Amino acid sequence: MSDIKIEGYEFKPGFKGMAKDTGSDQTMFKGVHWGKAMMWIFLLSDTFIFSCFLISYMKGRGSTLIDWPNPSEVFGLHVFGVDVPLLLIAIMTFVLITSSGTMALAVKYGYEKNKKMCGWLILATAIGGLTFVGMQAFEWGKLIHEGVRPWENPFGAPQFGSFFFMITGFHGTHVSIGVIFLFIYAYKTFAGHYDEGKRGWFTTMKGDYVEIEILGLYWHFVDLVWVFIFAFFYLW
Amino acid sequence: MEKTKKQEQTTTHKIGIYLWIWGLLFVLSFFSYMVDWYQFQGMLRWSLILFFMFLKAGLIMAFFMHLYWERYALVNVLLWPMTAIACFIFLMVAEFEYTVFTRLFYFVAGG
Repeated sequence: MSDIKIEGYEFKPGFKGMAKDTGSDQTMFKGVHWGKAMMWIFLLSDTFIFSCFLISYMKGRGSTLIDWPNPSEVFGLHVFGVDVPLLLIAIMTFVLITSSGTMALAVKYGYEKNKKMCGWLILATAIGGLTFVGMQAFEWGKLIHEGVRPWENPFGAPQFGSFFFMITGFHGTHVSIGVIFLFIYAYKTFAGHYDEGKRGWFTTMKGDYVEIEILGLYWHFVDLVWVFIFAFFYLW
Repeated sequence: MEKTKKQEQTTTHKIGIYLWIWGLLFVLSFFSYMVDWYQFQGMLRWSLILFFMFLKAGLIMAFFMHLYWERYALVNVLLWPMTAIACFIFLMVAEFEYTVFTRLFYFVAGG
């Protein structure tokens, strides 16, 4: 965390620091960039949204008397004459983890003020995200072509489609928004906005590499949500 | 100025830790894919899926999102609300079991 030194305030680690933070005057997380604190609050609220989706999916799947479609067959691919279960989903998972790794490195190089490495890694992350969204679009197209609708599908319980489109669609939207911001931030990094402290478009806030970390938090969260979707929707 | 510079240096971590976590995430994802590949069923399948899922989620949150190095106040603000989600899951499990019961009772058994 890029703690800014505040005059007359010394932060203590551990529970002492926690007590100091929660009992502190005016602002709780002293020295933390407000954008970062707000990103965490947003991610917390987003966690609740995705939890509600996954819990409603659990309730829907648990309460139906009709057999749930077997995800390992529904999402399987037929390549080179063999049926490979969940192949596309596995590749998507690896692509998203790769992009998460490049993002983590981008944050690291950002704090070291290594403009070039940071920019290229953000660009790599954006391309990974774009690949992911592309594969998701392919998957949606394939399932729609096979007759999966929010109200019916040829494989089993009719609720399957509505949960599938809702959950993966909402996640895909998050990835798409992330990709847009990754491209914008890659441009801003290369243009040196964070070195010069150039002000942003929507805010009078001075540019700083902490923004890369805030964007990184969002991107890792998208990866985090995918871990849960992969486990509960595709593997279960 | 000198002081802020020194402060910032302590916030970056060695590249090795990120590469390690990255590699671990790959291995764990591979294992969770293998759960499906070998078609494990029942309790073994569910426990393996949950085990790999929580391990992956924990690694991402702790190291990629820097929670491991974060101040306790923020960690606690983020993690305590998760108990509300756990409660909600618990309630909805009871709810779907009751729904299944009523469906079996009225639709299948005929009331």
